[in-house]
Amino acid sequence: MAVLIVAEHDNSELKPATLHAVTAGLAIGGGLELLVAGHDCAGVAEQAASVAGVGTVKLADAPEYANGLAENMARLLVQVAADYTHVLAPATTFGKDVMPRAAALLDTQQISDISEVVDADTFVRPIYAGNALATVQSSDAVKLITVRTTAFEAAETGSGSGTVTALGAAGDAGLSRYVGSELSSSERPELTSARVVISGGRGMQSGENFPLIEAVADRLGAAVGASRAAVDAGYVPNDYQVGQTGKVVAPELYIAVGISGAIQHLAGMKDSKVIVAINKDEEAPIFQVADYGLVADLFKAVPELEEELERQGYGT
Amino acid sequence: MKVLVPVKRVIDYNVKARVKADQTGIELANVKMSMNPFDEISVEEALRLREAGIAEEVVAVSIGEQKCQETIRTALAMGADRGIHVLHDGETEPLAVAKILRALAEKEEPKVIILGKQAIDDDCNQTGQMLAALLGWGQATFISRLEIAGDTVSATREVDGGLQNIELALPVILTTDLRLNEPRYASLPNIMKAKRKPIDQYTPEDLEVDPAPRLRVLRVVEPPGREAGVKVETVTELVDKLRNDAKVI
Ligand SMILES: Cc1cc2nc3c(=O)[nH]c(=O)nc-3n(C[C@H](O)[C@H](O)[C@H](O)COP(=O)(O)OP(=O)(O)OC[C@H]3O[C@@H](n4cnc5c(N)ncnc54)[C@H](O)[C@@H]3O)c2cc1C
Ligand SMILES: Nc1ncnc2c1ncn2[C@@H]1O[C@H](COP(=O)(O)O)[C@@H](O)[C@H]1O
Repeated sequence: MAVLIVAEHDNSELKPATLHAVTAGLAIGGGLELLVAGHDCAGVAEQAASVAGVGTVKLADAPEYANGLAENMARLLVQVAADYTHVLAPATTFGKDVMPRAAALLDTQQISDISEVVDADTFVRPIYAGNALATVQSSDAVKLITVRTTAFEAAETGSGSGTVTALGAAGDAGLSRYVGSELSSSERPELTSARVVISGGRGMQSGENFPLIEAVADRLGAAVGASRAAVDAGYVPNDYQVGQTGKVVAPELYIAVGISGAIQHLAGMKDSKVIVAINKDEEAPIFQVADYGLVADLFKAVPELEEELERQGYGT
Repeated sequence: MKVLVPVKRVIDYNVKARVKADQTGIELANVKMSMNPFDEISVEEALRLREAGIAEEVVAVSIGEQKCQETIRTALAMGADRGIHVLHDGETEPLAVAKILRALAEKEEPKVIILGKQAIDDDCNQTGQMLAALLGWGQATFISRLEIAGDTVSATREVDGGLQNIELALPVILTTDLRLNEPRYASLPNIMKAKRKPIDQYTPEDLEVDPAPRLRVLRVVEPPGREAGVKVETVTELVDKLRNDAKVI
């Protein structure tokens, strides 16, 4: 048995999501290898080799992998997949784009977004917005899997002693062209790996009010998220969306502000360790999952929260 | 140019899914079913392409039980020109659906196929990418902006870090994200008109596809529940609880 993890990176840094997929791979057992496909990304391969549990790092360094385009990545995966029993990637927008394309080329029914490894053939995955957990068994020769990152700890880095070997590129499929990105930049921690997340919903009323939340985030070293309603209304960018069809988060502390708690939102945050809800409607469904509920006007409560944290010496 | 729009019949997004007592799946008897919300966005986008003179015909496709015809009628009432129903009782997995859609694409020869990024029942997020692979076409997934000029497709994708712009040539597979458009409602006259629009029917066998699922579902269970906690009266009390009881700050 041999497991291949498709590394996610930006040609200079290995993305933390990859480390969670590694842990899922180690749970399957057998040898574990990492594929780093990118351009001028030898540094990423070095980082990958230092991840605990990783044997070999396969490095495919060619211009056609510079932006992780699915058509090219899938071609490469098909070329290497025969050497493995399992190919895993994190269930990020990168993994979701690439893996099914490779799965179809390999005539494999992919298993999406696994939250548990039962054995090498059997996996648990949430369905119906997390309202059910399905245990599924695959008999495909090569299993293609995406991994729910919040369900597996991050593998350790620094202690591994993998070796890097170069891999021949599979060529440019010539089907799509990367034009550019508009990436949100933030000093705050990344949403899916932050220890504390504070999210705002439609109750925030406008993007101009989000600084109220950001001030609390800065005191707690938190990431900022949002409901779909807040994203659709343009208060914040799309990559803030937490939920069934956005990002899944499971921080130590999740604070929902002016969010009603629709099924689709809960799907993305109900595995958080501690949930706080601030909402003026005491009937809001979010209170059914909240460990601590504060029925209050957010425009009063959130600034108060920031002051109280300041008074108690949080942040500077 | 023809646009194909696969539409899936799923549990309505407002309904909370309940697990069957025998753990074999989800209770769907007497549950409200609707078109997958992402597929409404696909139909809308296809109609806009037709209204802009880029597409001539919009064909809605659904695979599943006889009642999928209702879902196709919904697409026809929104404005799609005709429907195709592939009758299949039982589970449909993305790979099998993609193979059926490939067979239909070979018959119909569309230049654009627009799918939802994800069906809200299985939450797979696979079918469009698989279909693109099987047809050997380019794919623009999770899109929030689309422009087609001549043979060139320019799309903005919603990705984890923000937005990504890519360019492709026709023919192409697109999958829709929530911000692409705001789907229209069907007007009463259009609902009446939709009743007369044709729906062709096939079986997977007609299309030489084996629809049998590959994955064996061993059981479906409810996730561990979360108990509602306590209400706090003040912000000071909240901070105290988080600091001293929960110890998360
Ligand atoms: C296909 C599909 C996918 C979806 N995916 C997602 C997803 O991934 N993530 C997601 O979040 N949603 C998703 N949704 C949308 C979801 O159904 C809800 O519409 C959305 O979560 C509601 O956002 P909200 O709670 O911010 O807004 P609302 O439901 O409008 O709630 C606003 C809340 O703010 C409170 N409020 C208002 N003013 C104040 C105030 N001054 N002080 C305190 N409280 C106040 C109100 O009491 C209310 O509870 C999806 C929907 C569909 C159909
Ligand atoms: N049975 C089906 N009939 C029609 N379209 C489908 C079917 N299953 C999946 N699709 C299409 O594929 C998309 C993604 O579904 P999935 O890969 O299952 O998450 C849906 O939004 C539909 O556009």
